[in-house]
Amino acid sequence: MKRTGNTLKLLAGVSLLLGVLSGPAAAQDKPKEIKVGITTFLSGPAAVFGEPGKAAAEMIAADINKKGGIGGVPLALSFIDEGAGGEALVSNYRRLVQDEKVDATFASISSGSCNQLVPLAEDLKMLNFMWDCGASSILETKKYRYNFRSQANGTPEMLAVLIYLLKTKPNFKTIAVVNQDYAWGRESWEIFSTALKQMKPDVQIVAELFPKFGAPDYSTEISRLMALRPDVVLTTSWGGDLDTLVRQAGQRGLLQQSTFVLGIGESSIQRLGKDLPEGLIIGARGDHWFMHPEKKNDAEFKAFNEAFRAKTGSMPIYPVYHMVQAFAALQGSYDKAIKANGGKWPSREQVVDAASNLEFVGFGRPLKLRAEDNQGLEAQLVGVSKKADGFNHMVLDNMMIFDAAAITTPAGQKSVEWLKTLKPDFAKMDVPVFQHGK
Amino acid sequence: MRGRHRAPVPDLSSKLRVLMNSTLFVLASLDGLSYAALVFLVSVGLSLIFGVLRIVNVAHGSLYAFGAYLAATLSLLVTPISPWLTYPALLVASLVIGIVAGGLIERLLLSRVYGREEVLQLLITFAVFMIMDNLQRMIWGVQPIYAAEPLKLLPNISIFGVSYTSYQVIVLPIVAVLALFGLRYFLRRTLMGSVILAVTEDREAATAIGINAQKVYLITFIIGATLAALGGALASPTTSLVPGMGTEMIVLSFAVAATAGLGQIEGTAITALAIGMARAFVIYLQPEFEVLVPYLIMVAVLLVRPEGLFGATKLRKI
Repeated sequence: MKRTGNTLKLLAGVSLLLGVLSGPAAAQDKPKEIKVGITTFLSGPAAVFGEPGKAAAEMIAADINKKGGIGGVPLALSFIDEGAGGEALVSNYRRLVQDEKVDATFASISSGSCNQLVPLAEDLKMLNFMWDCGASSILETKKYRYNFRSQANGTPEMLAVLIYLLKTKPNFKTIAVVNQDYAWGRESWEIFSTALKQMKPDVQIVAELFPKFGAPDYSTEISRLMALRPDVVLTTSWGGDLDTLVRQAGQRGLLQQSTFVLGIGESSIQRLGKDLPEGLIIGARGDHWFMHPEKKNDAEFKAFNEAFRAKTGSMPIYPVYHMVQAFAALQGSYDKAIKANGGKWPSREQVVDAASNLEFVGFGRPLKLRAEDNQGLEAQLVGVSKKADGFNHMVLDNMMIFDAAAITTPAGQKSVEWLKTLKPDFAKMDVPVFQHGK
Repeated sequence: MRGRHRAPVPDLSSKLRVLMNSTLFVLASLDGLSYAALVFLVSVGLSLIFGVLRIVNVAHGSLYAFGAYLAATLSLLVTPISPWLTYPALLVASLVIGIVAGGLIERLLLSRVYGREEVLQLLITFAVFMIMDNLQRMIWGVQPIYAAEPLKLLPNISIFGVSYTSYQVIVLPIVAVLALFGLRYFLRRTLMGSVILAVTEDREAATAIGINAQKVYLITFIIGATLAALGGALASPTTSLVPGMGTEMIVLSFAVAATAGLGQIEGTAITALAIGMARAFVIYLQPEFEVLVPYLIMVAVLLVRPEGLFGATKLRKI
């Protein structure tokens, strides 16, 4: 009898202990706030993306909180400057996760930052949305549980630009590239040139120029291109580098001599103003354009764009919309997890489960976090620069919106290997075309 | 990857050969000249400050960036009045930054550490560099700024069918040459120049005969800072002004000044020209080495002559 009593006490103690330990997973108390840590560039040249991204995050969080938060819980944001560099970035990320106990992170803009922080987030079991970095290899080399990319990667982004070029300028014979000499400049060219070789093998590459990142002067590159006279010049440069290249090339007549393709030029359109001539092919790292032809009459879209302009003085550019998507993915994951948990507050693991295969909407076509590799499927918008009444900068015209599934590397395959299997017919896919203002 | 894409096409290859043989030298020389002009203006200021004050001024890059930003701001202000006012605006911006920022840095900070450990001097100028970098962001923000009016005022010229802006191939080299000869004249033909040389040679002896060495240091630093700011101001019409632009220039300037030998004015000019030309030729012939060229030249020179191409082992010369 005494033994039975002791056994019961032991069982009761174990049950109590298990109850305490397993309690948070089964039925979490609703927290006071959902803490989100965001890495973005607040210094250095990439702050041209990071600052608008931060401004967008503050706007979106305020809006969500105004509507009652996510599942009734308000958001609280913390920011880390990616510009501080590798060690500082990693230390600050650890601090956010381990000391400040954030519930989710959005990391990062730079693929270099993502390469550092994605494995760390995985080790720390931290739900992370790669909100802007584009290196396709990150999710192609390893399957992660806690890391998701809430946007596309460099492969569909470059493929869309290439197919647009092939559809609109099918007879070009020569091409040159001027990309920044760092990971994105090299990788984007590898994607573009690999696919180009498959889809139009007769094109000759006459110059591959990789000026230093942050180069203030492209005079020699421009002279060389003017002498070589390529039919097409591709650049995937961005920020001040792209602005400088376009302006210097324009001043010397190179933009009129060759067809320029600005792979991710959407973010420079407003800054370049009238210095950007008509007829340049421009990509947008997703279907991002503040006059998105399928969204331009959407009241929420218009209100957001105007609010952003009121806050910053400019209309949104693609990192702003990428930030919108990261918040939409976070909110979608929580909402889905709460629903799956019978309305109770979910554990982090349940939120992570919910993020897989999530379908959500930003300010473009619907997106999906592919279950097999957590890669975001995002449509791509490419257009050509054109003057328009009422604007002090060019607008996009003859816009094509490419379906995400058609141009994204299939799950389980590596981008470059997949690109090598493409045939010239691949560029003949049907893509809807939209004119400015219609 | 590259090799695979470069299947020979007869007519293009022959075009390339012709280019290499007949026009390459002229085109590359023009590109190298305009690039060298800007690099010289910044490097010579750095070299001058080191030659007289014996301080390696890391904040020199920030003075370049501030010169550029202020010049762009003034240019945008005066353009509606008359676009031609943008040229005096470039000069005014250089003088304001050189005198105000340069003067403050020298009086408030550097004057307290003359003769102290070189590491301390270096750390102070590095701190100034970091502070100015942040100030720049606070004042002008992070979005690229562009003010090309001075460049747009002048016509383009065509050389071998390639269009160049007059600003880059005429104005910039002329300003650089004027700066070189002006500096030579100032140091070797004027009383103030002689005083500076005297302090450089032997500060104690110069002080003993009544020369105010503190004043000499201040004036020298202001001249060096003004040259950095002038480099930035003249670059502003040609490039987008972005955070971090000072870092890019200070690294290159160090390479040029070290290759020439710190304190060597004519040597800095020749080295800037050599590095500018080498970079331009490499972009035509082997573009993947573009970024490396200045530093390869620097390493090669310093391995053979640690005092630099034109530096003397013991004697200081400016």
